[in-house]
Amino acid sequence: MAVAAVKEYDFAPLDRHENFHGNQLLFIGWEDHLMFCAPFAFPFPPDMPFRAVIEQVLPGAFGYHPDFAQIEWAKAEWFKSGHPWQPDFDKSLADNGLGHKDVIRFRTPGLTGIKGSCS
Amino acid sequence: MDMKVAKKKLGLKERYSHMTRGLGWDTSYQSMDDVYPYAKYEGIKIHDWDKWEDPFRLTMDAYWKYQAEKEKKLYAIIDAYNQNNGHLSVTDARYLNTVKLFLTGVSPLEYMAHRGFAHAGRSFPGAGPRIACLMQSLDELRHAQTQVHAISNYNKHYNGFHEFRHMHDRVWYLSVPKSFFDDAVTAGPFEFMVAIGFSFEYVLTNLLFVPFVSGAAYNGDMGTMTFGFSAQSDEARHMTLGLEVIKFILEQDPDNLPIVQRWIDKWTWRGYRVLALVAMMQDYMLPKRTMSWKEAWEVYFEENGGALFKDLARYGIKMPECAKTIALEKDHLSHQTWGTFYNYGAAAAFHTWVPDEDEMNWLSAKYPSSFDKYYRPRLEYWREQAAQGNRFYNKTLPMLCTTCQIPMLFTEPGDPTKTCYRETTFKGEKYHFCSDHCKKIFDDEPEKYVQSWLPVHQIYQGNCFPEGTDPTAEGFDPLAAVLQYYHLEFGRDNLDFEGSEDQKNFDAWRGMATRNT
Repeated sequence: MAVAAVKEYDFAPLDRHENFHGNQLLFIGWEDHLMFCAPFAFPFPPDMPFRAVIEQVLPGAFGYHPDFAQIEWAKAEWFKSGHPWQPDFDKSLADNGLGHKDVIRFRTPGLTGIKGSCS
Repeated sequence: MDMKVAKKKLGLKERYSHMTRGLGWDTSYQSMDDVYPYAKYEGIKIHDWDKWEDPFRLTMDAYWKYQAEKEKKLYAIIDAYNQNNGHLSVTDARYLNTVKLFLTGVSPLEYMAHRGFAHAGRSFPGAGPRIACLMQSLDELRHAQTQVHAISNYNKHYNGFHEFRHMHDRVWYLSVPKSFFDDAVTAGPFEFMVAIGFSFEYVLTNLLFVPFVSGAAYNGDMGTMTFGFSAQSDEARHMTLGLEVIKFILEQDPDNLPIVQRWIDKWTWRGYRVLALVAMMQDYMLPKRTMSWKEAWEVYFEENGGALFKDLARYGIKMPECAKTIALEKDHLSHQTWGTFYNYGAAAAFHTWVPDEDEMNWLSAKYPSSFDKYYRPRLEYWREQAAQGNRFYNKTLPMLCTTCQIPMLFTEPGDPTKTCYRETTFKGEKYHFCSDHCKKIFDDEPEKYVQSWLPVHQIYQGNCFPEGTDPTAEGFDPLAAVLQYYHLEFGRDNLDFEGSEDQKNFDAWRGMATRNT
């Protein structure tokens, strides 16, 4: 369906890639840890190595949680747009096939939040 | 001999007819379509505008007289409340945060409603709805003014009230009510009437005003309570107008039904998402609770709304699909929303806190199937950490829903342990949503929602810093710059209630009023 309008109605999206000064948005969620109320939004350069996200960014975002220090990244399960997906930590975001406004999440088996409440 | 004497005064009905319908005419030099350019493009077919029934038969002169009387009384009470330091009689300074939320989130919508009804009234070729819209437009302007006046006294004493209008257009969570109303006023006049006149004023208004006004009454805020009572007679008129609009449109042409049904589905959901703020206000922010969000939803929507939709079934209107999702969310909505504000308490212009033990027990009793299992462990952990000086402040920006603009905090219908993710692609761009209903709204009119001004994305684009900011300068602190752009004073307007200036001042002033030392 299209919007009803009195004349031509066509506007550029406000969140197109070129508006982010060379960065692209990546959304990251941690399953079973809803103490963080929502997934996070990050602006990253497309050539950033995936490992840098894990090692330099996620500790600042999720590190408050007592489960975070116990994560074994080798065992983490990944999802992209809800489907199972395997990142290569040594490749860049772009080479991992991550584009602007992609959403990924990870599950850390055995870690289910504060007192197992998925918090 | 009997002489016929002309009656000196017109009867009420004649007078009404002259003062409303009698003032309308069909244009002859210009085509009616040119004079009323927005009357047809939405696809709604109206064959006879004179079929419009005016339930109140109010004329403009009577309106002025009646409203002037009412406002004289209102201002007398507000003045007395203020002169007697009424602010010190509220239950607890935490209560004031509900008033901050109302002033920044709702009062600017009253003003937008004034504009919206003025525009809708101008757009309708029929004199009946034009007059009704004109009066509601004036009501909304008065409500915006009286709310600002009633609440302004708190600004003399407490933080977070000082820049409500500036904040409304900028602050992340205020983009939720703002974008809701902007969506409505940028729709055509018929959709606006269904969105605001019917879905909001008729179906959902009790869930907004009753909790706020009874919350004010329960918590000793006579200023806000008096405003609420003063507005009540207007609200009754608005509700009647909202219902009349629906019946009038549906009786005019059978082709109108699917369009109206889609609007009701859309706006019930849009309105409900905004009410997430009310849900957390009821369950977490009122020191003296009135009823839980869940109870309010059951009474005002499931019972009253259920009866309404039964009544509308004769026109072919069905209960919106989203009601099923809302029923699944009612045990979770307020907890998830308050948790979000607790997360981002450093970026909110009001205070947040962990409920005390009594309040947690109240929540357990009101939400026996969800609170202890999913939310108490989280809150207790936060309380423990705060006691150790490690209060949780989430500093990473959240992913937002493109339609309602709320952080993606909602869980899968039926599974409160899984975040609900939905996405769609339009012209090669990805868009994300918190629910099937927000996704459907986007998919129906993608051209409109690709323009969503999403606060998080705007921050990352560099559009939310004070003018002249250099984000490349050494030591640049983006979040501090964003708060400056919001006019939010760090350490005064934001952070935990515990230790806040509001808390200290209220205690000190109340002490002076009730003790001798």
